Amino acid sequence: MNSMSETTSEGQPAAERESLLFWLIGLFLLIVLPALNVLPAEESWLHVSDFTLNRFGKFLAFAILALGLDLIWGYTGILSLGQGVFFGIGAYCMGMHLMLTIGSEGVYGSALPDFMVWNQVKELPLFWTPFYSFLAAVGLGVLAPMFCAWLFGLLAFRSRIKGVYFAIITQAVALSAWLVFNRNETNLGGTNGLTDFKQLLGFRLSEPGTQRALYVATVLALGGAYFLCRWIVQSRAGKVLIAVRDSEQRVLFSGYSPSNYKVFVFVVSAGLAGLAGLLYVPQVGIITPAQIGVLPSLEMVIWVAVGGRGTLVGAIIGAVGVNFGRSILTNYFPELWPFFLGGLFIAVVLLFPDGLVGLTRRLKAGPVGTLFKKAKPASEGVQP
Amino acid sequence: MTRSLVRTGVVLFVLALGLSGSAVAWAAGLDEPGSSVADGGQGSEVEGMKTLVGQLSSEDPAVQQQAVRVLVETGDAATLSRLELVLEEADRATRVAVKPVKALLKNKLNLASDDEAVRRAAAGDLGVSGQRLAAPWLEAAAAKESQYWARYAMEEGAAMLRLADDDPSVRDAAAAKLGELRSQNGLPALKELAQQLSGEASPRESDAPVLAAVSQAIERIEIWSTWAGVFETLFRGVSLSSILLMMSLGLAIVFGLMGVINMAHGELMMVGAYATFMTQELFKAYLPPSMFDAYFLASLPVAFLVAGACGLFLEATVIRFLYGRPLETMLATWGVSLVLIQLARVLFGDLTAVTAPAWLSGGAQVLVGVYLPYNRIFIIGLSIVCVIGIYLTLFRSSLGLRVRAVTQNRNMSACLGIPTRQVDAYTFAFGSGLAGLAGCALTLVGNVEPGLGQNYIVDSFMVVVTGGVGKLAGTIVAALGIGSLNKFLEPSFGAVYGKVFILVLVILFLQRRPSGLFAIKGRHAD
Amino acid sequence: MNEKGSIIYLDGVVVDYDGFKALNNLNFIVGYNELRVVIGPNGAGKTTLLDVICGKTKPAQGRVIFGKDVDLVGKREDDITKLGIGRKFQAPSIYSNLTVWENLDLSLKRDSKGVIATLLSTSTAAERERIAKTLDMIGLHEDPHRRAGLLSHGQKQWLEIGMVILQDPALLLVDEPVAGMTDKETEQTGVLLQTLAEKHAVIVIEHDMEFVRQIARTVTVLHEGTVICEGTVDVVQANDRVREIYLGRQKVGH
Repeated sequence: MNSMSETTSEGQPAAERESLLFWLIGLFLLIVLPALNVLPAEESWLHVSDFTLNRFGKFLAFAILALGLDLIWGYTGILSLGQGVFFGIGAYCMGMHLMLTIGSEGVYGSALPDFMVWNQVKELPLFWTPFYSFLAAVGLGVLAPMFCAWLFGLLAFRSRIKGVYFAIITQAVALSAWLVFNRNETNLGGTNGLTDFKQLLGFRLSEPGTQRALYVATVLALGGAYFLCRWIVQSRAGKVLIAVRDSEQRVLFSGYSPSNYKVFVFVVSAGLAGLAGLLYVPQVGIITPAQIGVLPSLEMVIWVAVGGRGTLVGAIIGAVGVNFGRSILTNYFPELWPFFLGGLFIAVVLLFPDGLVGLTRRLKAGPVGTLFKKAKPASEGVQP
Repeated sequence: MTRSLVRTGVVLFVLALGLSGSAVAWAAGLDEPGSSVADGGQGSEVEGMKTLVGQLSSEDPAVQQQAVRVLVETGDAATLSRLELVLEEADRATRVAVKPVKALLKNKLNLASDDEAVRRAAAGDLGVSGQRLAAPWLEAAAAKESQYWARYAMEEGAAMLRLADDDPSVRDAAAAKLGELRSQNGLPALKELAQQLSGEASPRESDAPVLAAVSQAIERIEIWSTWAGVFETLFRGVSLSSILLMMSLGLAIVFGLMGVINMAHGELMMVGAYATFMTQELFKAYLPPSMFDAYFLASLPVAFLVAGACGLFLEATVIRFLYGRPLETMLATWGVSLVLIQLARVLFGDLTAVTAPAWLSGGAQVLVGVYLPYNRIFIIGLSIVCVIGIYLTLFRSSLGLRVRAVTQNRNMSACLGIPTRQVDAYTFAFGSGLAGLAGCALTLVGNVEPGLGQNYIVDSFMVVVTGGVGKLAGTIVAALGIGSLNKFLEPSFGAVYGKVFILVLVILFLQRRPSGLFAIKGRHAD
Repeated sequence: MNEKGSIIYLDGVVVDYDGFKALNNLNFIVGYNELRVVIGPNGAGKTTLLDVICGKTKPAQGRVIFGKDVDLVGKREDDITKLGIGRKFQAPSIYSNLTVWENLDLSLKRDSKGVIATLLSTSTAAERERIAKTLDMIGLHEDPHRRAGLLSHGQKQWLEIGMVILQDPALLLVDEPVAGMTDKETEQTGVLLQTLAEKHAVIVIEHDMEFVRQIARTVTVLHEGTVICEGTVDVVQANDRVREIYLGRQKVGH
């Protein structure tokens, strides 16, 4: 397709190396980090505070979403600027369940969520009722985004909307969803979203133990998501995904229906985004439309780009890295964060299109001088 | 008997006047029958005026009526100023009593003003004053009036006053007249009358034709106002469309040529808006105030050039390195937009506004109930000029020829010696300049703020996608369609759901035409 | 014509690009196990002809009959492929980020190419053997695990031909296979195509008259979307009309 990229990359990442790295990271996240939270005394330098652990839990939830986004963008070459919507659906499902478990503990002491009392809603809207059940909330949090993605994907991919067109349409979807979630009459808490959660499955959310358990659950979910994605990309269907990115026409004329594969990968990515939303809400304690609109959806793409698209570990590293950087920068230099984020968008595209993972690979491959020489991604997904 | 009743009423009324100063109650007693027209006593002195004013609060209604007659029927500008003088030393009760008389007199005099707007306003005031004695003045003024909308206001006012007449045939005629005029202002009065007439337990026979006339008039007015509403919605739709069009044109040309969607396009509009703002500030600071209104004309080229220069810089530093990678260009330009927004916030703060020049404020009444603001008309005109300008640039200039050549076949153009990269750069700058112009136009309808570009940008992306690449007509049709649809859906769906509905429509539309309205078919399609 | 009837039959096909008739009431017929070469000046509608057969372009009018009685008009590309029509594009169209082996493996004819079946499928020994054989045939057996993007232009062309062969099509559509190839590569390609024609019907579009001479039995000349003449190379070259519209303007054999 292009002669420049042919000499730069060394092909698909070796699966073994990736999983070794993964095991190390996984071990650290699953056992070392929680252990450092519980065992050392609080004044010890080894001690990981509840706050830090909770923050990492949030980042790892984002990493689950990033894995899905990497499948669709990094592997299949489809840029979705609407992942925030799927994340939001998952998050709101959990949020609604948590609102209902507050019971009469709310400010107004009503069985209805506070914002409904405030908006003078007298009766619980019908679509809220399934969310009394934890299992229903979790199920819907994953299945509802998948269903939406299936419906939208069917419409978009069957009619061969692709490339820039698809990106723009998904962005419009993100904008619309944001607008709708902001409305009071949709009974989703309006601009203020859902918050003031008290308990989950009878455990107080304010307890460090509950948060620790949520953290561990997130790590396990991330592990599961990783193995699911790895299974997909290493299967023959995974090769078809890459083939769709390289030459959709050839895929079509080899007897595959590219639209079915696109719908499939879109649905999987939506499910993962929903799962991420489910895990995010109880750890962060609030979900508002501002977290699911156009800008958050774009930021999610940057996580994957920074980490290195087309590699699963890269997606995880990117999600954790960018959000870690964000939480530090917005804390100390809130004015600078937009500059930094904007600069990151530009730099990652212009200077290191294969992300951090690609950067380390290039560092290994040759002297530093060659680092910025060929700023073209091996995983370029677009046909001119 | 009658006499004593009237007297009691007037006493009560004067009491009420003193207590509450209710001008309306007082005015209701103005043209009591039975008093004769005054034949003299018009004071040419302030003393005479004082006497008259004193009579205004007299307990005798005959005296009172006569004073009013004298004052308003024969009064002129001099009377008015004398009245002012008297009022300066009068007590509160007198002031309250004189006030409506003064207003009546003033409006009467204003009917003969040289200023058309003043005449119109006076007629409007008299029409809703409920002072039946003003009707003949209005009719007389209307007969002499040459200006359409002033005459309209006078006829409407007269008819509204006649509607309260005691003679059924006069009321009948007045109702018919209001219907004929499609009077929006007369509608409440007509409705009230209709309710009153049909609500009476034993309707008088003479009321029946009046009621029929009133109902007919109401129907005519309501049908008209429906159409006027449609027309105004259409205008608002076209106005929004022209804004969308101005924003989308630059995007569409660049997209057609390079396959690139510039996510920072909205921020280039913001640059244009701030360029307008700066031009205004410079005019304020360094030029005489008489020149101020010209700032907006000066800011048009300034906004175009500043945004164009930004575009040129953006192309040379970012876009150039990303050709053939449209998705990554989107991401990089989104980064640029974040930086620009924050930059604007740091430099200019959160909110500023541009004062529209005098010649763009206000509007024109074109039909009954249809009022078109000048700034909207200007934006529509500007977008038409832009379309013509682009058409001429693309089809009548050598740059345009090159742009079209590169759009159709980049490699072949390069082989023929067209400097494609240069063409790209200029086109991108041109598209950015158009964004700047759009930003300049946007200052007329909204604030200048860092997030200015974000408000419409997704809509204009939709326009480009729906319009398809390669043809200007697609962008124009799509902008008109989406803009008008937006305004037509707004009343019934609300702004938010209207937008969602349009998105659904666009997606369904793309089902049938995945590459937009005017897709290029044939061998260059892929 | 072959006694078994035709494998592809275009009947009165019209393709309209905004008023320009790329194919104008075209009638075209190819028999089983035939190797047909289609020539014609630029814009004659050669590539459009292939596009219509494989479903990439929908004709405004006419029928496209595959085999005995399957009308291809309105069918999706992947379904037409599954019926047994393989297409080799003019510009090499391969998966540059996959290895040569993976390229071939994905193209291999399988019972189902649906998502779930593909997700769960594993390679059988027979499949591996077929791929290895094809690798030999197209001369890429030396390093099958090389990334396809690193191949030379000629190798990419062959890889794509190999991918089409593995689909086991009854009809092969080949668009300018030797464009940009060296003389030696061109000759090898000719031999390859002739071998293929023993088992499959092949339609080749070609400009290179020398190459046409090497492989062709029957040649069809297209001009302005209709067939001008059909026959052996000699017959076609002797035809006055062909000389006038085609050979007159474009020198034979470059």
